[in-house]
Amino acid sequence: MASPVEQFKIEPLIPLDIGGVDISFTNSSLFMVLAVCVATALLTLSVRGRALVPGRWQSLAEVLYEFVANLIRDNVGVEGRKYFPFIFSLFMFLTLGNLLGQIPYAFTYTSHIIVPFGLSIIVFIGATVIGFARHGTRYFRMFLPHGAPLLTAVILVPIELLSYCSRPFSLAIRLFANMTVGHIILKVMAGFVVALGLFGIVPMAFLGGVTVLEIGIALLQAYVFTILSCIYLHDAIHMH
Amino acid sequence: MDDSEDPGSLDHLADRLRALRSREDVESGRKPRESQGASASMGLGFRIGVELVAGIAVGTFLGYGLDSWLGTRPWLMVVLFFLGAAAGVLNAYRAVQALTVSNGGEER
Repeated sequence: MASPVEQFKIEPLIPLDIGGVDISFTNSSLFMVLAVCVATALLTLSVRGRALVPGRWQSLAEVLYEFVANLIRDNVGVEGRKYFPFIFSLFMFLTLGNLLGQIPYAFTYTSHIIVPFGLSIIVFIGATVIGFARHGTRYFRMFLPHGAPLLTAVILVPIELLSYCSRPFSLAIRLFANMTVGHIILKVMAGFVVALGLFGIVPMAFLGGVTVLEIGIALLQAYVFTILSCIYLHDAIHMH
Repeated sequence: MDDSEDPGSLDHLADRLRALRSREDVESGRKPRESQGASASMGLGFRIGVELVAGIAVGTFLGYGLDSWLGTRPWLMVVLFFLGAAAGVLNAYRAVQALTVSNGGEER
C-alpha cells in the first residue's frame, strides 16, 4: 500500500539544470501554473460580458472581489486599497492551491512549507519596508510598547523583536501544517477503507465527512493567511 | 426586470454608491463577520497554538544560529529560547485580545 506521505513527493517533469542549480519544472510548479491559469481564466472570462445584472460566473468573480475588498477595508483601512492587487493575488493563489489539492491525484503545493513560507516572507519584508517608508526611523518604536519605562526596554525590545520576526513563521507553519495533516488523514483513512473490505463502509462514511471538513479548512486557511497579512499591513501603516 | 438604458439614473446610482461607500469607510468600526461555526473555532485554536510554538522555534533557532556563528554555545540559545517563549505568549495574548475587543465591538 502506498505510504501516506508519498503524495507529497516532488517529481521533476521537465528536468532543468542551470549552473548547478536544479530548477526543474516539477509537479508542484505544474499546479502553481494551473492555479494561476484557473484564476486568470475565472476572472477574465467571467467578467467579459460586463453585464449590469451579473450571471453566475460574473457574480462569483464579483463576490471574490468584494470579499477581499471588504477584508482590506475592515483590517487595513482606506490606505490599504492600493495593496489590493497583491492581497487579491495572494488570496486567489492560496485558495486555488488548497482547493486544487483536494482533487484526487492532484498535488497540493501549499503542503510544502517553502511555498507558504516564501509567500509569508514576501508579506513580512513588504510590510517592514512599507512601515519604514511611511514612518522612517520612528518605526523602531514598534518594538517598545507605548508608555513602557525606559529601563524595561532591555528585556521588552528583544521580546517584541522576536515576536515581530516570528510572524512569517507562524503564518507559514499554520497553512503548511493544516494542509499536510489534512492530506495525511485522508490518505490513512482511505487505506482503512481498502484494508477492512466490506466493513470499509464505516471509514468510507467518515472519509466523506472529513473531505467536506478539508474543503472548509482549505478555504479557511487561505482566508486566515490573507486576513493576517492584512493585519500585519495594518500594523505597518498605523503602528498598532 | 426593466433594464431601460437610462444613463442619468445610472450616474445617480453610481454617485449614491460612492457616497455610501465613503460613509462606510469613515465609520469603519463595522461589526465583524459572525464566526463560521466549528471549523472557525478550530482554526482559531490552532492559530493560537502555532503562535506559541513559532515564537519558541524562532527564538531557539536564532539563538542556535548566532551561537554557531559567534562561538558562544550554548548561552545565546538559552537566553533566546526564553525570550522566544515570552514572544510566543505575547503573540498569543495579542491574538486573543484582538478577538475579545472585536467581539465587544470596540475600536481595535
